[in-house]
Amino acid sequence: MTSMSFDELLPLIFIGLMGVSLLIYVVSDGYDLGVGMLMHRATPKERDTMVASIGPFWDANETWLVLGVGLLLIAFPKAHGLVLSELYLPTTLMLVGLILRGAAFDFRVKAKASRKAMWDRLFIAGSMLASVCQGWMLGRYISGFGEGWNYLIFAGAIAVALPMAYALLGATWLVMKTDGPLQDKAIGWSKIAWPPMVLGLILISMATPWISETVRVRWFTLPAIIAVASIPITAGIALVTVRVLLGSSAVRGSLCWLPFALLVLVFLLSFLGLSYSIYPFVVIDRLTVWEAASSPDSLKIILIGVCITLPVIVAYTGFSYRVFRGKTIELDYA
Amino acid sequence: MDAVFLARMQFAANVTFHILFPSISIALGWVLLFFRFKHLRATGPQQKLDWLRAYRQWTKVFALTFALGVVSGVTMSFQFGTNWPGYMERVGNIAGPLLGYEVLTAFFLEAGFLGVMLFGHRRVGEMVHLGATVLVAFGTLMSAFWILALNSWMQTPAGYDIVNGQFHARNWLEIVFNPSFPYRLVHMILASALTCAFLLIGVSAWQLLKGVAVTSASRVLRTGLILAALAAPAQMVAGDFHGINTLKHQPQKIAAVEGIWETTRGAPLLLFAIPDDAARTNHFELAVPKLASLILRHDPEGELRGLNEFPSAHPPVLPLFWSFRIMVGTGILMLLVSWIGLWRHWRDGWDFAKMPRSLLRIFAGMTFSGWVATIAGWYVTEIGRQPFIVSGLVRTADVASRVPSSSIAVTLSLYIALYLALLAAYIGVLKYMAETADKKSYAGAPAGLPGEPQPYRREGEFA
Repeated sequence: MTSMSFDELLPLIFIGLMGVSLLIYVVSDGYDLGVGMLMHRATPKERDTMVASIGPFWDANETWLVLGVGLLLIAFPKAHGLVLSELYLPTTLMLVGLILRGAAFDFRVKAKASRKAMWDRLFIAGSMLASVCQGWMLGRYISGFGEGWNYLIFAGAIAVALPMAYALLGATWLVMKTDGPLQDKAIGWSKIAWPPMVLGLILISMATPWISETVRVRWFTLPAIIAVASIPITAGIALVTVRVLLGSSAVRGSLCWLPFALLVLVFLLSFLGLSYSIYPFVVIDRLTVWEAASSPDSLKIILIGVCITLPVIVAYTGFSYRVFRGKTIELDYA
Repeated sequence: MDAVFLARMQFAANVTFHILFPSISIALGWVLLFFRFKHLRATGPQQKLDWLRAYRQWTKVFALTFALGVVSGVTMSFQFGTNWPGYMERVGNIAGPLLGYEVLTAFFLEAGFLGVMLFGHRRVGEMVHLGATVLVAFGTLMSAFWILALNSWMQTPAGYDIVNGQFHARNWLEIVFNPSFPYRLVHMILASALTCAFLLIGVSAWQLLKGVAVTSASRVLRTGLILAALAAPAQMVAGDFHGINTLKHQPQKIAAVEGIWETTRGAPLLLFAIPDDAARTNHFELAVPKLASLILRHDPEGELRGLNEFPSAHPPVLPLFWSFRIMVGTGILMLLVSWIGLWRHWRDGWDFAKMPRSLLRIFAGMTFSGWVATIAGWYVTEIGRQPFIVSGLVRTADVASRVPSSSIAVTLSLYIALYLALLAAYIGVLKYMAETADKKSYAGAPAGLPGEPQPYRREGEFA
């Protein structure tokens, strides 16, 4: 580790970029998938408001998935082939879910009024299918695609926990973006989704060290444990704060944004923890970033593009969120 | 069935479905800008309202088209890996950056500003909104640029070195501007212009037939006719250049397109034939003497190389032969219809009320003719590259997935069922939106006084 050449550093830069893209994807599409699933519990009028709250953003949110998978494909082609071959069927089902919901999103307001309920059902079903598949894929990935019933149960548990996390994210998004009865409902949904999400997070944190010797050594050795323990502790405090806020009246007023922001922080910390566990592997205990990387020349070419475009992308994404800031229903229908 | 064949079918199903939407949106973005421009420049109130209505109706079409393009595009980014893992392992150093730049410079640009373009008209200033629309339109064009650069490189590879079976980039300018790229880019942009033009023509003709939104539909129909009448002959010229370029770099593709088995001087143009790959001959030929040589060599005695010069390295002849004829036939029909339509419209004193209903019905029948020609054209290009994935260098079968064929068959049927259902829904909704254009979007607006700020509604009226 003492003197790493730039060429050796490149795969690390790219795994970082890919990780950040996927993190942004999980947070941003996470809240809109969550809103999609929650529509199941909403009235037709509330559904319109819910869709309107994510309408201007969802296209761009999905683009982060394309970038994340694209970077995996471009920078780590060997890992891309390995991961996607292992996850062939769940990937396909996830794509079917994403296609369904993307299409239903636009069809629901343009098709005949009598068909709207059907498109809403497809939107909800697509959101659920995509979330469950992503949970399953995450579970299989972080357990290194192990064989055996315990691995499958683990993946199954994540396949339930991740949609719950998305639902919680989506519900707190609605707490931030709406008011009145829909906001009250969203607070209720957040309370329901909170325990399963917390349970899922604990499960992942416990299971990864149990599955992989590498991870166990890394987390539970002095003095590392003192430094890295701050990650789960901060996440725990954030989650408890979210729960307390949901029970208070401040969440209906000026602090409506805080539960969502704290959850984003929890996602960020989970990502950091996961990265710390997996490093330097792309596929745990099987393929390191250096084994899987493309040639340095190609990586440099892409890096130039990334350095120029990524700040611009961040800037105009920020612009878009600024244009559509504020409560979704504070504008009247006059 | 054979896993490679199934993987190809699946990829073909996906790209076929995907290309339907960019082929509209590449041009429609710029058409929307034109509508906005006409709206801003219009003097009379009726004229202003018409262009605004046209803009609003076609913005919805754009949103729908764009969404389907995005979701099918996301699918493709996964299928490179699931269907052709060996492709990225060998060619990744070249394909990777091109795909990466597409996502970074185009995909994000379109998706990022789409929200502002669709929903932000009353939330940002006129100029900012126009700017967002320009960026979305520019983004779709950039997307085409990068994707076609990669596709063309696979057809006519250049600027690479091969070290231990792996491709490495030597010269990026040569890679991007490879020999077939300029031709393919122009051909595709014109194809999109034509596809979009006939969509405008067909949908507005339908509206005129049904008596819906007549004043704005007339303006859209005229725009479509003029666009088609200009783009159709330009496309013929571009297509001819592209064909000559293909003859130079991929003669086996042209041989299959023309059904020429033995190298011939003064080759005839076959209007009809049933090429037989097994017997290596054609049945039921109907030929115009020397015309193929004249078209491709610009010399009636010019020599065209036959398929037998490319043993086990030429594409299947039957699908290529017929895809090409469908593409060219549709193109000629588009040229005739747009010119006759425009001529008739001029003779009617630019008044659609005088246009015969039969002609309007023909227009409506041609609504999706651009799709037919575009897909047939892409089949010529892509099937014409077989049995290679990178022309002459990497065989498709060598890079295919190791996923069992039963899995591919299951997912293939799933995709096909989904795509057919969505296609039916798309066409149905276009028809429904056309028929309700003047009822739905203007029910609540105060007689649509243009330019007067309507509060942003957030109920997804353009969603």
